[in-house]
Amino acid sequence: MLTFVIRRLIGLIVVMFVLSVLVFLLFFETPGVDPARLMAGRNPNPETIKAIRHEFGLDRPLPVRYALMMKRMFITRDLISYGSHTKVIPEIIAAAPVTFSLVFGAAVIWVVFSILFGLAAAVLRGTIWDPLLMVLALIGISIPVFWLGEIVNLFTQSRWHNFFLFSWVPPLGYTPLTQDPLKWFEGLVFPWLTLSVLYVGFYARVLRANLIETENEDYIRTARSKGISERRVLLKHNLRTSMIAFVSLFGLDFGILVAGGALLTEVVFGLPGVGLLTYNSLTSLDLPVIMTTVIYGAFFITLASALVDLLYAWLDPRVRPT
Amino acid sequence: MPAEPLLEVKDLHVSFRTEDGIVRAVDGVSFTVGEGEVVGIVGESGSGKSVTMMSVMRLIADPNVMYTGEIIYKGRNLMGLSRDAMRGVRGEEISMIFQDPMTSLNPVYNIGWQIEEQLNEHYTLRKGQARQRAVELLRQVGIPNAEQRVDNYPHEFSGGMRQRVMIALALSCNPDLLIADEPTTALDVTIQAQILELIKDLKRDFGSAVALITHDLGVVADIADRILVMYAGRIVEEGNKEQIFYDPQHPYTWGLLGSIARLDRPRPRRLTAIAGQPPSMLNRPRGCAFRPRCPQAFDRCSAEDPPLTEKVGEGHLDACLLSVEDKRARRDATINPELAETA
Repeated sequence: MLTFVIRRLIGLIVVMFVLSVLVFLLFFETPGVDPARLMAGRNPNPETIKAIRHEFGLDRPLPVRYALMMKRMFITRDLISYGSHTKVIPEIIAAAPVTFSLVFGAAVIWVVFSILFGLAAAVLRGTIWDPLLMVLALIGISIPVFWLGEIVNLFTQSRWHNFFLFSWVPPLGYTPLTQDPLKWFEGLVFPWLTLSVLYVGFYARVLRANLIETENEDYIRTARSKGISERRVLLKHNLRTSMIAFVSLFGLDFGILVAGGALLTEVVFGLPGVGLLTYNSLTSLDLPVIMTTVIYGAFFITLASALVDLLYAWLDPRVRPT
Repeated sequence: MPAEPLLEVKDLHVSFRTEDGIVRAVDGVSFTVGEGEVVGIVGESGSGKSVTMMSVMRLIADPNVMYTGEIIYKGRNLMGLSRDAMRGVRGEEISMIFQDPMTSLNPVYNIGWQIEEQLNEHYTLRKGQARQRAVELLRQVGIPNAEQRVDNYPHEFSGGMRQRVMIALALSCNPDLLIADEPTTALDVTIQAQILELIKDLKRDFGSAVALITHDLGVVADIADRILVMYAGRIVEEGNKEQIFYDPQHPYTWGLLGSIARLDRPRPRRLTAIAGQPPSMLNRPRGCAFRPRCPQAFDRCSAEDPPLTEKVGEGHLDACLLSVEDKRARRDATINPELAETA
C-alpha cells in the first residue's frame, strides 16, 4: 500500500515536470511571440523592452529561464502575470475554491441521479420506461452546456425571475462559502444542475449497459440459485460489480473538471474559477498563468487517477496489490 | 419406486420465443428423482438437459421463456409457487452447481461472504455462526487451511478448488436435491475424478439426491443410480445403470456409448462419432428426431413419433421403433465395431 502511494507520488512529479517543460518550450517556440513586448504595453520604445527583458531574465539561456520561472512559481511564489501584472499564485488560490464548489456539487448530483436512472432503466428493461429514460439521457448528453446555461439564465435571471419559483436566485457570480453559506448554495444551484446534466445522461447510459452486461454473468445466476431476493441480487451483486467501470470513469472526469474543464459553465454563470482563468490566459498568451494553470491541472488529473486506482483496488479484489 | 418421489417432473415443455420462431428446448419431458437417488441426465449440447433442470429451479431469466407442465417437489407444484416461496426452495431445498467454476462465483466478494450470504438468507444465525459453518463446509469439501482460505477471493483459487467452493455453497443448507450441471466439464481429467469422488462422498454424508447433468456417459457410469438419455428436448431412453450400459435400447445411446474411450476393451482404430448435427429445435421434424442421424432408421421412423415405453425390463424405457431383437442384433456394430468384426 505504501509503495503504491510512493510510486504514485513519483509518477505525479514526473508528469508535472514533463508537462511544465512542454508548455514552457511551446510558448517560447511559438513564433511571433515576445513576452517582453507583451508586457511593455502599447507602442513601447526599444529601451523599455530591453529593460523588461533583462528584468524578467528573458535574455538568459533557455534552461535558466525555465528554472527561474519554476523558482518564482514554487519557492518565492511571486510569479507575475504578463497581462494583468498581478501575482499568479494568489490568483489561482482564489480561483480554485470556486471551481471546487462547482464541481463537487455537480458531482454529487450526477452520481446520485445517474445511478438512479441507470438502475431504473436496467430494471425496467422491456417496458416503455427504459427507452424513454435512455432518450432523455441522450438529450442530456447532446445539449451544449453553454446553451443550456444561457437558457437557464434567461429564465432564472430575467424572464421568470419575478415568478416565485426563481425569485430567490441571486445575480450571477460567486459568494464564498465562508462568507455566506446560503448565498453560496443559492448561487451554485443552477450551475450545478447545468453542469451535471451531461454527466447524468452519460453515466446513466454507461451504468445501464454495465448492469445489463453483468446480468448475464454466471455469478448472477449463482446468486439467484442461492435464494436471495431480486433486490439483493441487483444491488449487492450486479450493481456492486458494475460500479467498477463507473468509478474509473468518474475519477477521470472529476479530475478534468477540477483541473479547469468546467470552463464553459464558469463563463456562462460568471464564476471566477480556474477554467475562466485558463481561458483568459490562453487568449492573451500570458505564459506565467498558462504555466501555473497547466501545472495545477496536471496535479489534479494525476491525483484523480491515483485515487481512481485506489478506489478500483477497493472495489475489485482482483487488482489489489498483495 | 418408493411411495412418493422427491421430485416429479410431468410433461414439461419449455420454449423460447425468438425472432425466427418458437424454439422448443424441452418438449414433453417426464421423470422422477427419488430421495437420495442419483440420476444422471445425459445428452449432447442443446438436448435440453440444462434447460430442464434450470426450469426445476425456475432460474431461466429470459423474458421470452414459456413453460407448461408440472414440477412436483415434495407434493408442491413449483410452477405455481410465488416468487418469494420459490426463493425459499432455492438454495435451501434444491441447490445447483454450475459448469464453469471460474465464472460462477462473484469476483468481488470473498468466498466466506458468499457462503454466509446464503446461510443468512435461509437461517437466523448468531454472529459468527455463519462463518463457523462456512469454514466447516470448506473443510468438508476438502479445502486445505479452511480457516484462512475462507477470507480469500475466488481468483485466488484454482478451477478445481473453486468448484469445491461451489459445492460447499450448494450444500450449505443441506438441500434435499442437488443439481449438478456439468460440474466437471471445465476441469482437467484428474480434477474431474476428484470432484466426482467428492460429490459421491458428500451425497453419502448429506443424503441429498443428485441430478447430474453431463454429456459424458463415462462420468455417470460410476455415480448414477438411474440414467436419462435426452435428445432434442425429449427423453429417448431411461433406465438404471446396468440397463443403460449392458442392454442399451436406443441407437442414440449406442452412439454415446460408442464414443467413450474404454480401457477394458480392445482399442478401436478410432472412437466412433455420431454423424451429423442435432436437429433445429425451431421446427421439429415429424417422426423420430434422431432419424436423420440414425444408421438404423427405416420407413416408420419418419412417419411415427416413437413413444417412450417400457419394452425390455422394469423401469427401462426407450423411444425407438425397432423391435427388441433387431436392436440387440445391431447395436454391437455401433458401440464397438471391432468386437463386432471379430465376433
